[in-house]
This record gives sequence, structure tokens and C-alpha cells, in this order.
Amino acid sequence: MCLVEMGMPMRDSGTGEPVLDADGNQKIGWIPKPVIGCGTNVAPGMRVNTDSPLAKDSREGIMEFLLVNHPLDCPICDQAGECRLQEFAMDYGRGYSRFVERKNVKPKRTRLGPRVTLDDERCILCSRCIRFCQEVAKDDVLGFVDRGSYSTLTCFPGKELSNNYSLNTVDICPVGALTSSDFRFKMRVWFLKESPSICTESSAGANTLVASREGQIYRITPRRNDAVNDTWMTDSGRELFKQVQSESRLTAHRSDGTEVTLDAAVARSVELLSNDEIAIVGSCNSSVEEQYLLRKLADQTKAETHLPGHFDDDDGLLLSADRTPNLRGALATGMVKKYPSDNLKPLALQLGKGEVKTLLVVNEDLFALGITKEQIKKAKIIYVGTHENETSKLADVVLPGLTVFEKNGTFINRNFRLQKFFQAVPGPAGLIPDFLVLNRIASELSGEVAESLGLESLWKEIGKLRTSCLKGIAYREIPSDGLALDPDKLADLPYVEGPALNFSPPKVKKAVKAKPKVAKV
Amino acid sequence: MIKTVVIERKPLSLSERTYLPQIASGLKTTLSNLFKKKVTLQYPEQRPSIPRGYRGVPTLVKDPNGREKCVSCQLCEFVCPSKAIRITPGDIPEDDEEQSHVEKAPKEFEIDMLRCIYCGYCEEVCPEEAIFLQEDYSLSGYSREELVNDKEKLYEMGGTLPDKHFKWDKKKTEEEQGNAH
Repeated sequence: MCLVEMGMPMRDSGTGEPVLDADGNQKIGWIPKPVIGCGTNVAPGMRVNTDSPLAKDSREGIMEFLLVNHPLDCPICDQAGECRLQEFAMDYGRGYSRFVERKNVKPKRTRLGPRVTLDDERCILCSRCIRFCQEVAKDDVLGFVDRGSYSTLTCFPGKELSNNYSLNTVDICPVGALTSSDFRFKMRVWFLKESPSICTESSAGANTLVASREGQIYRITPRRNDAVNDTWMTDSGRELFKQVQSESRLTAHRSDGTEVTLDAAVARSVELLSNDEIAIVGSCNSSVEEQYLLRKLADQTKAETHLPGHFDDDDGLLLSADRTPNLRGALATGMVKKYPSDNLKPLALQLGKGEVKTLLVVNEDLFALGITKEQIKKAKIIYVGTHENETSKLADVVLPGLTVFEKNGTFINRNFRLQKFFQAVPGPAGLIPDFLVLNRIASELSGEVAESLGLESLWKEIGKLRTSCLKGIAYREIPSDGLALDPDKLADLPYVEGPALNFSPPKVKKAVKAKPKVAKV
Repeated sequence: MIKTVVIERKPLSLSERTYLPQIASGLKTTLSNLFKKKVTLQYPEQRPSIPRGYRGVPTLVKDPNGREKCVSCQLCEFVCPSKAIRITPGDIPEDDEEQSHVEKAPKEFEIDMLRCIYCGYCEEVCPEEAIFLQEDYSLSGYSREELVNDKEKLYEMGGTLPDKHFKWDKKKTEEEQGNAH
């Protein structure tokens, strides 16, 4: 709490005339007691002194009270290094403790929910977590019980902090009272390198920071973007980094069941794609660049592109009904024209009739999308993807890809906001980014030697797309908080997302415009 | 402008050319040392006495109750200029009666003695006074792996040192007698 000294210009109480000093300046009447900075309204002519002995002394006193019952846990505490109380104690504390009595003893590891552990001793009773649950998560489960220094944060009887936004309370906790059960005691925060990224859980496209040390990811935290996710993200999105170290990760190039080099796998793919009757199954999980190159590949081979969508329930906040990060990218790059459906029935029919000889699949499991084993066996399959699945097991050529944490690129979220993500950790040895693999296949198909391609130069090509909303965009001009695109013709497609945080579906938006603006929470 | 100046070397005199006076003065120094007190030690049979505050091998110590003091805050790992220290943090389970008052302890603690430069920053930075540079200075091994001290070896070398703070005991009495909730 910032206590400051405050004064107002003096006026004579009888006449209301300003009281002047010898130089003709209005005298300042200083209030003898310090006032609370955040609880004082600014007024014309008001003077504030933040650096007087009284103000400093008061601040040290406040700090001392805050630290009286705060345990000296900094060497153990996960918050150390990003703790507001630690910072304030450094900046405004007196540096030593005069408190010789015994500190309060409170429970050290209360389980508040499946993902949150509470250390009651460290809590400074700021009640941010309570407010978050009430106002943002709309799941009112937290409250204080008991009085004074016995106050304790607790869940309401019979309830627990289990909503999908519970870990945001850990982020906003200014001290280490609320800790993430997953990250608890795993790594000190000062070792972690934070790379900006985008959550791939749904088309909400929450901005994130991926914290890693020496190539291993330890946690994902939200990155503030007031146009997308404010300062929140879902708990389920924070666990996505576990796919990087997954055992089912594809790490070796395969051709006809044997491990081969990248060159051999690309050569075999080119050979297969040189035939007629090719189909491509794209993915809404691919970045804009990959989708653009797939489109190029489809144009080259005259292949038909299919795109399955993955849909589920909308939670009205940051988990949208479209559970892929980049469906709009596929539309914007022109990879597909139609809005995707959740199955591949047309492709299944074609496969059944034997009309498709070679099938290029990117990161999708065909069996989960309603295609049977008999149908798949009628075509040669090239699989580009990150993890082993039933499709990759049957594939003739397997080109392992990189996860979103291991490559650079862009996604377009539900608001048609083009957002960049950056590499946080190096990928498995020997793998190159997916867009380079696709570029090599595309170049070698047309008999050229693949150029070494960067995202900058690829975007020069993408920026030339004539009818797309990506026209004229240069990669380096996309700001770190994203670029709002004009959906134009794409605005009228049957998008599945409902109204949510910082997002209203196009049709609802028009209706709202006529009404007076509703204040945002 | 730099100018090159050629300096003439003086020719040697007759006595200098014979080298005899120089040999004689050298022998004089040798002979005078022959009768002085010996300063050479027959290392490794004889060992020098180690002064107080000497910075030898870094070790982990336990408190007089035999509990490990390190809470794996990783400040030593952070401060180590040669990146010799590597810690894997772990937690102490709640049902561990001896130790559960402090929740964290290292799961693994490694100091690579091939990297260590004996600077003592780790001892200086340790908030729990758990790491001490002790007197042992001559380490040798047959392989690189042998010279990476793991947690067990570090505690074995460190032993128990007197303690001023008794953090564990304090935590325990606080829990038993303090302003219980």
C-alpha cells in the first residue's frame, strides 16, 4: 500500500480567498497524516509527496505488517523471482525484521482443486483469486473464513476449484500462495526463457509465453493481448506442451516401413505424387505458411484438397467450438473453398471407388474421420505429422513434423487476427520445419532444386495472393500482438463459434451495433 | 610517426666472456641456501596446513540432527560462473515425519569437479547455509564421470557442521506451539 503525503492549496475559510506566501504563491496546507495513495482522488492544485521521511517511514511500516506473518520461504517458494511482495520488500522494506514472536502457522499444502495447491501461510489476503472466480471464470467457489490473522482462503463446502480457468488464479496471485500442482517445485523461474507463442487448443488463439530451459518446456503462461485473451488462458491449453516429449512422437523419416534419410523420403514422396489421381488431406492445425504450400502442391498436382474440422462445445470464454487454431488460415490461403465438416465422407467414397491413388495426409488421423482400413489400403499414403497414429502406421512415406513449440509461423484466430508464434525449443534431431519439407516436395515435383526458404520470402509469395485477405502483408510487418484482417468474402461462412471473450460472431455483431454499447467485464 | 631506433649492443668485456664471475655468484646463492631452514614439503606424504577460510572442494552439509539443509533453491546453480552445479529439485512427501516441515529438497545434486573453479560463490549465495567449501583440495579420478560428485558423495564429503539456525526444529516447534490455526 502506498502511503503518501498530500496537501491542498490553502484558502481562507471565511472569504475563500487564496492564502499567499511572501512570494505571492498560494500556500500548501499539508495534511499531517499520510493518506492512502490508491484511495485518494486527484483534485486541482493537489500536491503529493512520495519521498518524504514520513511517507517512506509509513511504507516501511506497511511492508513490515505485510511481512509479519509471511513465512521466510523464498528459497523454496516457486513465486520467488516473479513475486510482487518480494519486489516490494526489496524496494520499500526496511531490510531486516524486528518481529521476534512466533509467526502464524497455517496449512502448507491444501489442495484447492485438481490443478491448484494452496500454501495458506504465504497468502496476503488480497482476494484477487476470489474476484477472478466470480467475475471472469463465473464459477464462484473461493472465499475467506475466520478473522484477522486467522483468515484463510478456502473453497466453499463441497466444492473445489476445478474449472478450466483455475490456473489463472495462480498467475494473478501476487505471492506464492496459489501454486500450480504441475509446476510446483519443478524449476526456478529465473532459469526459464519465455518465447511468445499461440495456444493451439482452439480457434480462440490465446497469446501465450512458453517457458523453457535447455530445450525442455516447463510451463505455458498467458501473454496479455486485450484484443484476444486479455490476460487469461485455459488450463487445458497449458498442458499442451506435454505432447513435445510424448512417446508417440515421430522422430525418423520412413519409407515403405524402413527408416531412411530426409532426402530419400522426399524423393519417394515426389515419385508417388508424380502419378495421377492424387488427393490431399490438409489440417486446420497447420500454420498459414504450411497451408499455403499445400495449396501450391495441390495446384501443381491437380489434387483435390479435403479439410476435416474438429468441433466441440463452446465455453463462451477462451475455448471455442472450433478446436483447431487455424481453420481460417486454410480459407484465407485458398487451400479449401468450403467450410470444413467433421468427417471425410466424400474422400471415403472416392477411396472406396479407387479414384485416389496417392493420398498426402497432414497431421490428421483418417480412421478417426470415418475412413476404413479397406478404403485406405487402396491408396499410397504420404503422412506428414508430429505424432504416430493409425494413419502413420499404415503410411508408405512418413515425414515427421515439428510441433508449434519447435517452429515459427502464423495462425489466424476466430477474430480473423493473424498472429505469429515463435520457436521455443529445438525440435528432434534431423527434422526440418514442415513448411521446408513441403517446399522441397513442391520444388522437386516441378523439377527444380529447392531454394532455401525463409518465412520472410515465403510471405512475399503469400502476399501476392490476389483474392485473399492476406494480400499485401509482409511477415515482418505483423506486430507481436497480431494483425486484424478484413475477412471480406469469408465473413459469411457458417462458423461454429458462439459469442465469447473479445469475440462476437459476425451475425450477432450486426445486431449488437444498433444497441447501445454494453460495458465489458 | 614511429621511428625505428637501432640500439648498439655493447661488446662483452673479458670477465664477462669467461662467465666465471657469474658462475661464482650463482654458486654463492646455492651454497647460502644449503644452510637455511627447509621450506619444501614431501608432498603427498607431507601436507601443507590449510588456512582458515580455504576454498577447497564444495560439499553439502547436514544439520546436527542429520537432516539435509539444502532446499534446492538453485541459487548456487544460478550463480556458478563455470556452470559446474546441476540440481534436480524434488519435494518431500507430507507423510515424512522427520522432514515434512520444509517441503523441498534436491532429488539430485551434481557438482562437476572438472568444471568447478573453487570460487566459493555457491557457499556465499546459499540462503540455507547448506553448501560449504571444505579443506580437501586434491581430487583425482580415472574417468570424467568419477569426478562428477553426486548428492550422496557430496553429503559424505560434507558431513555435519555446527548450525546456528536449526530451521527444521524452528519450523516444527512453530507448528506444534505457535499461533496454530
